[in-house]
Amino acid sequence: MLELKSVNKKFGGLHAVNDVSFRVEPGCIKAVIGPNGAGKTTLFNLITGNLPVTSGTISFEGQEIQNTKPHQAAALGMARTFQNVKLFHGMTALECVMVGRHLRSRAGFISGLFNLPWTWKEERAIRAASMELLDMLQIAEFAGVEATSLSFGQQRAVEMARALALEPRLLLLDEPAAGLNIYETAEIARLIRRIRDMGITVVLVEHDMSLVMDISDEVVVLSFGRKLAEDSPLNIQQNEEVIKIYLGEDDAFAQ
Amino acid sequence: MKKRKHLGIVGLCLLVVGIHLYTAQTGTQFYLTQLTMAAYYGLLVIGLGVLMGYAGQISIGHAGFFAIGGYLSAALTTHNLLPFQDRPLVELLDNLGLLQPSVDLYGGALLTVVPWAACLFAMCMAALIALIIGIPVLKLKGHYLAMATLGFGMIIYRILLATPYFGAADGISGVPAFTLVPAIGSFEPIVVSGAFGLRVMNFYLAFGFLIIGMILLLNLIDSRSGRALRSLHGSGEAAEASGIDTAGFKLRVFVLSAVYAALAGVMLTHYNGGIGPSEASVMKSVRYVALVAVGGMTNLWGILIMGVGLTFLSLRGVFGVYDDAVFGMILILVMLFAPNGILSLRIQSVLHRLFPRGSGNEPMEKQHRSAESPGS
Repeated sequence: MLELKSVNKKFGGLHAVNDVSFRVEPGCIKAVIGPNGAGKTTLFNLITGNLPVTSGTISFEGQEIQNTKPHQAAALGMARTFQNVKLFHGMTALECVMVGRHLRSRAGFISGLFNLPWTWKEERAIRAASMELLDMLQIAEFAGVEATSLSFGQQRAVEMARALALEPRLLLLDEPAAGLNIYETAEIARLIRRIRDMGITVVLVEHDMSLVMDISDEVVVLSFGRKLAEDSPLNIQQNEEVIKIYLGEDDAFAQ
Repeated sequence: MKKRKHLGIVGLCLLVVGIHLYTAQTGTQFYLTQLTMAAYYGLLVIGLGVLMGYAGQISIGHAGFFAIGGYLSAALTTHNLLPFQDRPLVELLDNLGLLQPSVDLYGGALLTVVPWAACLFAMCMAALIALIIGIPVLKLKGHYLAMATLGFGMIIYRILLATPYFGAADGISGVPAFTLVPAIGSFEPIVVSGAFGLRVMNFYLAFGFLIIGMILLLNLIDSRSGRALRSLHGSGEAAEASGIDTAGFKLRVFVLSAVYAALAGVMLTHYNGGIGPSEASVMKSVRYVALVAVGGMTNLWGILIMGVGLTFLSLRGVFGVYDDAVFGMILILVMLFAPNGILSLRIQSVLHRLFPRGSGNEPMEKQHRSAESPGS
């Protein structure tokens, strides 16, 4: 599905991502974890084309994508959410999700200007599909509310609905549980599993270890831009090097 | 949403008819002249409004596009092509029926380009120039985009001021009337002209353009492309992640607003019978930005009302010799007190600010009072 081969990213003297390689198999949930500053979000931005790679290749379904722009990557079938929720100011929750249907509709600039009749059916379809997603995420009642005025948890749900509206084959979630309470986190866990069961491959960056260990099929650990380990959640929990970076040297020895 | 759009358009049509009837009743039809002009400026301002308010891209160079439209149309319809009659290009144009004979002020014979052709050429050139400068310039953001478009406006102004073909400091006068629709049977021709007898027709014509322009923009905002524009304003990164080619959409709306400006320029030039370099000046561009801001950026109706209303007052000379200063002042006051536009201010909250009654949020009100006191 997604394959990274010795991907490097340098910001001046900082080697943010250092020779990272891993594969994501279709239909699984893969988590990328690591301490702050390990290069997780940078890695995400490299995959989605928000940042150019310094060297290495990233391929998605066999196609090299390290040079594509973000909107082209989205057109190939990957959607993402952001660490600090990015919704569109001045648009309702429903409209935000409708933007997610952009790639699944095709009315152009001119037909928009003249409100050509053939676009009406498409508009209705966009609206219906978006409403369905809001419904699935249990925020249908806020469809007409300005998205940025919703609570943080609801905003996350809107963002998730927008990403799902693309009908992606790969979904990248950047800290989906950040800022959520334990109930909302449990809800997110259920939702991510459900998304996987819909046939969408999920890659997530997350700090919440209980969530990661609970839902992921495989875990990649990054530390200072390098891949430290890649294994099943159970094995990762027992990996001494991983314990060391998470708990500190002394604690690791004490154990 | 849809219903509100239709109501607004119907309301605007009724208002236009109402103004005509009122001026006819009170014998103040001379107002129609400035209203006609204000409507054309309004066309430019709503186009700029979509660019600034909805797509979030500022342009301090739109007077440049207005001037490109006006000047090209004026130059083509006034410059005599008789001396070049045997040149292949002129012959070709003549054979295509794009040239017409006419007479100048002193009765001399002229051969000039037909206004229709000149108008289309001017609008296409404005679109092309917008495309060419838009590709590099729209990569910039915020202050940098403002400065780059300001530079563009200055270049156009200086080119017009220095080129004899465009009349240098005098501009171009003697621009002929523009027959939009020729006489068919018993129907009179529809002509863009400042002739006294055509005042009422041109008043309706100008507002017709404005209303059609408005309908198209309202359609756009509600469409898939409109959502894409608004989303790239909200968060470019998230718009890209949703598969929106943000650079492409910025460029398209930039070109659209340039075409609106050029059309306004063409029509107003034919209406006034001429155009001068001051139309391309930076002060004009700043004024258009101010009008969009006063109308409330993301409120196309507010932009239209304020754009036409304030321009009308300005053309009537209400602001006297301080005209530009008044627009500068308006810009400052709007930014301070009504960043969402004048129409977003609720009377109540204004009164509340002016006469606080010792409620809970007193410190904030004190601040407002102290800010207002130097002006009042």
